[in-house]
Amino acid sequence: MEQVIVNALYLGSQYAMIALGLTLIFALMNVLNFAHGQMYVLGGFVTYTIYGRLGFPFIVALLGTAVTLAIVGALIEYFLFRPVIRRSVREESTMLLAAGIAFLLDAVILLVFGEKQRGVPKILDGVFNWDFRIILPYDRILVCVLAIMSIAGFIAFMQFTKTGRALRAFAQDRVAAELMGVNVDRYSMIGFALGAMLAGLVGGLLVTITGVNLGMGGPVSIKAFMMVMIGGAGVISGAIAGGFILGALEAVGLAVLSQYGDITYLLIFASLMVFLSFRPQGLMGKPWG
Amino acid sequence: MHRKALLKAVSIVAILACSALISSTGFAANKVLKIGFVGVTSGPAAAWGISNVRSMQTRAKWINETGGVKIGDTTYDVEIVTFDDQKDPKRAIAGMEKMAQEGIHYVVGPNVDDGAAAVRPVAERNGIIYFPYAFPKELYTKPASNAVLGMVASYQSGPAIYKYLKETKGVKSIAFVSANESDPLSQREGGIAAAKALGLDVVSSNVTFQVDTIDFTPVLTPVMRTKPDLLVLSGVSPANAPQLIRSARELGFQGLISTETAQDATVLKEGAGDLANGFISVGGASTPEISSDMMAEFVDRYTKMFGEYNDESNTKVYALEYILETLKVNPAAITDVEEFKKTMDTFEVANPYMKGDAKLKYVGTTSFGQKRQLMVPLVVNVYKDGKFETLFVAEVD
Repeated sequence: MEQVIVNALYLGSQYAMIALGLTLIFALMNVLNFAHGQMYVLGGFVTYTIYGRLGFPFIVALLGTAVTLAIVGALIEYFLFRPVIRRSVREESTMLLAAGIAFLLDAVILLVFGEKQRGVPKILDGVFNWDFRIILPYDRILVCVLAIMSIAGFIAFMQFTKTGRALRAFAQDRVAAELMGVNVDRYSMIGFALGAMLAGLVGGLLVTITGVNLGMGGPVSIKAFMMVMIGGAGVISGAIAGGFILGALEAVGLAVLSQYGDITYLLIFASLMVFLSFRPQGLMGKPWG
Repeated sequence: MHRKALLKAVSIVAILACSALISSTGFAANKVLKIGFVGVTSGPAAAWGISNVRSMQTRAKWINETGGVKIGDTTYDVEIVTFDDQKDPKRAIAGMEKMAQEGIHYVVGPNVDDGAAAVRPVAERNGIIYFPYAFPKELYTKPASNAVLGMVASYQSGPAIYKYLKETKGVKSIAFVSANESDPLSQREGGIAAAKALGLDVVSSNVTFQVDTIDFTPVLTPVMRTKPDLLVLSGVSPANAPQLIRSARELGFQGLISTETAQDATVLKEGAGDLANGFISVGGASTPEISSDMMAEFVDRYTKMFGEYNDESNTKVYALEYILETLKVNPAAITDVEEFKKTMDTFEVANPYMKGDAKLKYVGTTSFGQKRQLMVPLVVNVYKDGKFETLFVAEVD
């Protein structure tokens, strides 16, 4: 039981971080970013290059990843989403654009980083073993702590800084925020950069545990959408809750249902369908959007 | 003014036409023999198909640089025509149809079971021999006759590995873990049957995982409780293998770990480091103990062309070689695959990628009742400190 709780906490912290970036972009721009998983993968490859190939300290690699993905996110918003949003009021235009960006990033990643699975040296050796009741390698503990710290830092940023307040105002009511002097273009770019940065950061953190490969983007995006649907689209606290709930469901399912084959996700998907039929706005979302 | 401009335009067109004629004459020194590839080169399984394509492209470029390949009285340059099926059977069918439209009779791929099964009617209807990297026996047994298995199947390598480990390492109990996908699951079933036939105690065989799993600790915890002597990672992809090995070792597993799929030493080194030492997998012919100078040159050329070698190509170097060597033996097969099939029964030439007297020949009589498999050496490797070492070499008949 203790092991299941620890696994749930570990998975939940990673998932919450993945979902945060996606929901932030949705809240600010009403864009379903299908390229979120590819941004995660790109973050993993940047960390791999800086830490694994060039030999810089891991923390430097994480900072480099955050900056790189923020720049990539800002450029994507400025050159791609902004013109499309300006010219088209149809939501599917941005959805198609996001899908196109996902394919583009896949192709770029294949060209630059190749098709192989990549991994980096362990950031911490050793395994925490409490009487075989809880077994957790130290590097996973560190990654979990770093992820929780990142989430806390992000919440603090949104709560206590001028930019964070402007982003929240923008997310709550775009027109009202604009009337109050919030520069919509500027904060759209900042929001998209932040979202991409969060995806890249979690990719950078997890490259130390799972490694990274070209094909991870799609599945990561699917899980991110699931978390956002559980928690409520566009709600920061909902994304965090969705992440931890999905992590807990996965950990419990793997522990309890393993002898029946891989039915954990089958049950999760089925439960999600039932849940959404009763509460389509998710746990913390509002029915009116 | 207009006349001057017209003269200028005519001159430019004439120059372009001449240069096009010269260049086309240059390329036309040899006729072109097109060989196809239909397989996955994008998405999660991209590594499988890309290692195929790059092996073929490396070998084709090498052949073309050295004057081409002589088949009968004609010398050909080899052109590789590729199609990414994205691991989707519908796309695989479209890819095979494209090959037929281009008049191609020999196609390497697809890489997975459902794709290989889907293209069968197209290949048979259009006179195409194809070389899948997929294991369903019905593709290679009569009445099917156009598919030739491009590698050693898991139900051939698995029993050999388990038998070796039972006899030399005293393995008595065995556990299986596989991804929740059709290929790994079918390989797991084959492995379980082989283990039982050898009298091994199968202590765990139900645990599966999603390919996008980010932490294998909860996946492997119930398996570790069964304390097997051997943990088999059925059909594991190079992407998942290092993580599974790492998690098993971190959970305190001291036994042996093996798989029937080909792996890459660099990927294992980066993903699992020293924890991967002792990991047993199936390879081709690039370990120093058995590889020839030609194999070394192939690896060198591949590395120069693509920046980094992929150890999976040790098995994938063979398909194009078999096609060309068989066509050399029977040039009529270039447009008639029935001639190719006739030649397969008696074909035998030296294996250029291995030292000693190893042969290239078609096998599969025991498994399929007809020769519908490339005799790729069953080289079982063990990983140690960033490299593979040959554990044993066997042959499929």
